[in-house]
Amino acid sequence: MSAVDLAASVRTGQRSARSVVEEYLEAIDAAEDRIHAFNLVMADEALEAADALDNRVASGEDPGPLAGVPVAAKDNLCTRGVPTTCGSLILENWRPPYDATVVKRLSAAGAVLVGKTNMDEFAMGSSTENSAFGPTRNPLANDRVPGGSSGGSAAAVAAGFAPLALGSDTGGSIRQPAALCGVVGVKPTYGLVSRYGLVAFASSLDQVGPFATTVADAALLLEAVGGHDPMDSTSIPEPLPGLVGVLEDGVDGLRIGVIEELSGDGLDGIASDVQARVTAAAEALSAAGATVEPTSVPSTVYGLSAYYVIAPAEASSNLARYDGVRYGLRVDAPSTPEMNTATRTAGFGDEVKRRIMLGTYALSAGYYDAYYLKAQKVRTLIADDLRRAYQQFDLLVCPTAPTTAFPLGEKTADPMLMYLNDVCTIPSNLAGHPAMSVPFGTGDDGLPVGVQVLAPAMAEPTMFRAAAVLEAAAVNGL
Amino acid sequence: MTERISTDDVAHVARLARLELGPEELESFTSQLGAVLDHAADLDSLDLDGVEPTAHPLPLSNALRADEVGPTLDPDEVLAAAPAVEDGQFRVPPVLGEAP
Repeated sequence: MSAVDLAASVRTGQRSARSVVEEYLEAIDAAEDRIHAFNLVMADEALEAADALDNRVASGEDPGPLAGVPVAAKDNLCTRGVPTTCGSLILENWRPPYDATVVKRLSAAGAVLVGKTNMDEFAMGSSTENSAFGPTRNPLANDRVPGGSSGGSAAAVAAGFAPLALGSDTGGSIRQPAALCGVVGVKPTYGLVSRYGLVAFASSLDQVGPFATTVADAALLLEAVGGHDPMDSTSIPEPLPGLVGVLEDGVDGLRIGVIEELSGDGLDGIASDVQARVTAAAEALSAAGATVEPTSVPSTVYGLSAYYVIAPAEASSNLARYDGVRYGLRVDAPSTPEMNTATRTAGFGDEVKRRIMLGTYALSAGYYDAYYLKAQKVRTLIADDLRRAYQQFDLLVCPTAPTTAFPLGEKTADPMLMYLNDVCTIPSNLAGHPAMSVPFGTGDDGLPVGVQVLAPAMAEPTMFRAAAVLEAAAVNGL
Repeated sequence: MTERISTDDVAHVARLARLELGPEELESFTSQLGAVLDHAADLDSLDLDGVEPTAHPLPLSNALRADEVGPTLDPDEVLAAAPAVEDGQFRVPPVLGEAP
């Protein structure tokens, strides 16, 4: 059952929140050993929250638009008194003293938090194999990765452990796992969703967003958690655009461009079966009345290189806070500097160390101009190129990920090979634009392919309209 | 092995970042970081003269709120998460000089 229908049935008293939560907890019990979507399942807390909701419904209250809907939250979203590990040994036993704004808004909307999902350590990765607590497996093929870094959230929704989940997307960490697990995943406009209580990776790129099995459910969750938050100084001080109300509006008359540089013809590494689905999506949008044509956005291909300088640079600064002083792991040593080093050496995994060192290098005297400043200029080029494209088009389309889900272990030895997963998703993060992945059929291996819809800042309503059209076409087997 | 970054460079940034690397790690990290920097060399082909750098996607400047007293984090709850505490403060080993 969709989150929309679940919430409606709980709000009207047709179904108890407890029965809904029990059903999902049973699903988790039955298959979580095999999938490992969660770092923590909050069964007792969820049942308690469900009972409280049922009491409110019984006394005539309306608990809100997500009444009784189980939601899983990525383990980098702070939950007061509940472990928040970021997939890292350095925060293994940390219990935050506050809730992230999105967690508070979930609860205010009547949602029930059922657990904290597994992730690549500090959201650095594209396969969830970089978690200190072991990998998550793709529910559709257990020898494959779920994508990452929000692989636990994507797997939880795909496995039916929760109808909705929250993740974070810095370079594709919501959209790529959504594509690989066959669910809907949305990276909103930068600043549309509060980052207060999201553990920082690369602050100018990080954004929280929804996972769902349907476009309408993703719209419902985004409406519940989005909107201005005075606790986040980068939060956009404007009303949230309505999404649920526009889903039936279609794409008739919209102009949609297919990015040549990020498609199979322009970029090595985009698998032909993935490209075939993007072509089919373009045809479906065209059949629904949109004008669809190829377009060149030349600098987007340089996004990968710019990102893997900018994101590590910001991470190297953000992760300096893990020093064994105020929270998290401490490895004792005779002096504070030695304690800092011993703590960080034991607490961080290899990928986090790689990115911290890469960022430190890119920011260091003598290399700042050659790497960091250059990457920031390329960021301008990409934003300018996209701005030009949006003078001609309402939306852009390209693959979400270059391939379907790949086998566990296939790319762990070669970090650069792993980074190539993010080539199509990174440009939206660098520009601060929204983008979403919609499941659109399968590849030659029978595993899901995601088509990515990109939009200019704050154009989520148009983006969701196209996503709804694609969803309907996919249901009809196009 | 790439020439873009040397093992000495990596040892230096590891020290700056308060990370300790074993000899094998130093070799493998150097080669992996070199591969990423090699890839980033594709940016050298772009003409970036006169292009302004972008540090942030939003044109926001300082976001100020009214200067009003509101709730803050509970000190006991904050200190409960610390590895070592004394008299309501974070306790650390000696920062300078010998341990007592």
